[in-house]
Amino acid sequence: MSDAIIIAEQLTKAYGRAIAVDHLDLAIEKGEVFGLLGPNGAGKTTTILMLLGLTEPTSGRARIAGFDPLRQPLEVKRRAGYMPDQVGFYDNLSGIANLRYTARLSGIPTGEIDSRINAAIARVGLAEVAAKAVKTYSRGMRQRLAIAEILMKQAQIAILDEPTGGLDPQATREFLELIRSLKHDGMTILLSSHLLDLVQSVCDRVALFNAGRLGLIGRVNDLLRDVLGGSHVIRLEATGHGLDEAIRAVPGVKRMTVEGGIFRIETTDDLRPDIARAVVRAGGGLISIAAGHASLEEVYTQYFEGVRDAA
Amino acid sequence: MRREGSALSGVGTVILKELADNLTSTRMRLLELLIFVTGAGAAYSTIGAVKDQIGEYPFVFLLIFTSAHEPLPSFVGFLGFLIPIVAIALGFDAVNSEFNRRTMSRILAQPIYRDALLIGKFLAGLITLAVVLSALWLLVLGLGILLLGLPPNTDEVLRGLAFLVAAIAYGGVWLALAMLFSVIFRSAATAALAGLAVWLLFAFFWQMLVPIVTMAVAPPDPYDPISALRTIDVGMDISRLSPNTLFSEATLAFLSPTTRSLGPVLSSQVQGSIRGAPLPLGDSLMMVWPQLTALLATVILLFVIAYVLFQRQEVRA
Repeated sequence: MSDAIIIAEQLTKAYGRAIAVDHLDLAIEKGEVFGLLGPNGAGKTTTILMLLGLTEPTSGRARIAGFDPLRQPLEVKRRAGYMPDQVGFYDNLSGIANLRYTARLSGIPTGEIDSRINAAIARVGLAEVAAKAVKTYSRGMRQRLAIAEILMKQAQIAILDEPTGGLDPQATREFLELIRSLKHDGMTILLSSHLLDLVQSVCDRVALFNAGRLGLIGRVNDLLRDVLGGSHVIRLEATGHGLDEAIRAVPGVKRMTVEGGIFRIETTDDLRPDIARAVVRAGGGLISIAAGHASLEEVYTQYFEGVRDAA
Repeated sequence: MRREGSALSGVGTVILKELADNLTSTRMRLLELLIFVTGAGAAYSTIGAVKDQIGEYPFVFLLIFTSAHEPLPSFVGFLGFLIPIVAIALGFDAVNSEFNRRTMSRILAQPIYRDALLIGKFLAGLITLAVVLSALWLLVLGLGILLLGLPPNTDEVLRGLAFLVAAIAYGGVWLALAMLFSVIFRSAATAALAGLAVWLLFAFFWQMLVPIVTMAVAPPDPYDPISALRTIDVGMDISRLSPNTLFSEATLAFLSPTTRSLGPVLSSQVQGSIRGAPLPLGDSLMMVWPQLTALLATVILLFVIAYVLFQRQEVRA
């Protein structure tokens, strides 16, 4: 953990009696893509604001690149770029003019401003529209402009709040690609999202949040194995009556859901042959059977359901 | 707990950006047009009357500012109305628009303190106001030279400059008030209406309220003549809670050099004085020093309240 670039120790934020973030411990290593995942209102944004020194923690402390966001916020903000949820720009100014303003605010030497902006804008693929007013930009373009801002600052850390919020699938894919290329450059990336499946592909490690508390933290694959107990998911398409009971009767089947003739079966092992046999024996028409993938969404649901049940 | 780094880093950048916004916005163009047309119109219309006074009155130039030509009010009267409106227009959406455009968290994530944003916005507004008023002042002075065919004397120029400073301070009060509302109210329209409501109170209703309040607080005793004096004093003190009163008294002292006192004068006090003799500028300044100080103090007080509220505000919208 000596390499950790973002550290939170017992970080807590309370608004009156409501606790937004509850004794959070976090250590994010250099060059890592880390996902803060959880539903809206789980305390993700509050955590990010505390890490950046934009809001004061009620108790606990944080360190970003060795600096205290509370006492040395300027040093922290010089090293960390932030893309807020639903990022906004000055609509009547061009993309370049917007970046020029933040470049001056961040104290980038005047001689370097234009070359850095141009490089950043080309990198995110906005070179053609950079001189147009931001009001003509789409949501995805604004988000890429925000990434250009972080690149221009040459930040070591990028903190992205809901980076894929409101993007269409195509724009989301492009955006995730951009995040991967930033990781390739060695940038440490902290991103928050409520869309668990989307980010599971880019994150090295994730932390699952619920109601201000950190539930689980670890690599995506480890979490899948630990929480789902190394279970397999089988997708089965079949027709016929009474298949439900027949499949449930197969030893090793844990859970099953049916949706429009497609069965989603969680099992302890790869039971495809047994299930196929059971379907045929019950007189059903087997159309297809395949091993599916478990997703983070299931981990999340299962884990927090477990927590709620235990409480 | 100490914070590291200067609270003022970035102020210059914010000032330049806000100045550019202020000076190019359509809103500002309209207000400039309004203030120039009315101001210059008022000054122009009085110059005919002022011409007759040449050679009879030593401060002909100052008359351009102060004399009213029915049905138009004097140039100074116009400014008393228009300065608050321009100042409110400059400040009412200073802070809340950053939230509404969702730029606030992005700007504050840059290595600057919040201080820089608020101070920068306020100074940019004040500079804009100063530029507009100075231009108007020069315009009127130029018109005067052209139409009267006389250059102003040193005393007139100095008094005019003192008036300009008072006008900027008066505008500063309204700018600080508008910015305070822009911090308090998340909706720009609410902030603008709140600013205009305060302006309406002081511009129209205050002079009606003052006698009512005065009579309740310090009614004159018919058997005690000194109590009548006290009633007048209390009335003036209440009236001076309004920045409009402070501004008009400062204006009176600077632009009408024969004004010797702003309050009641007993006949024993004027014995031996030469009627209608002007005061030196220094004495006029002494007379309204409290008014100028009060205007500046109001600016600082309002700004500090806005500052404290802004520092405590949550960044997330």
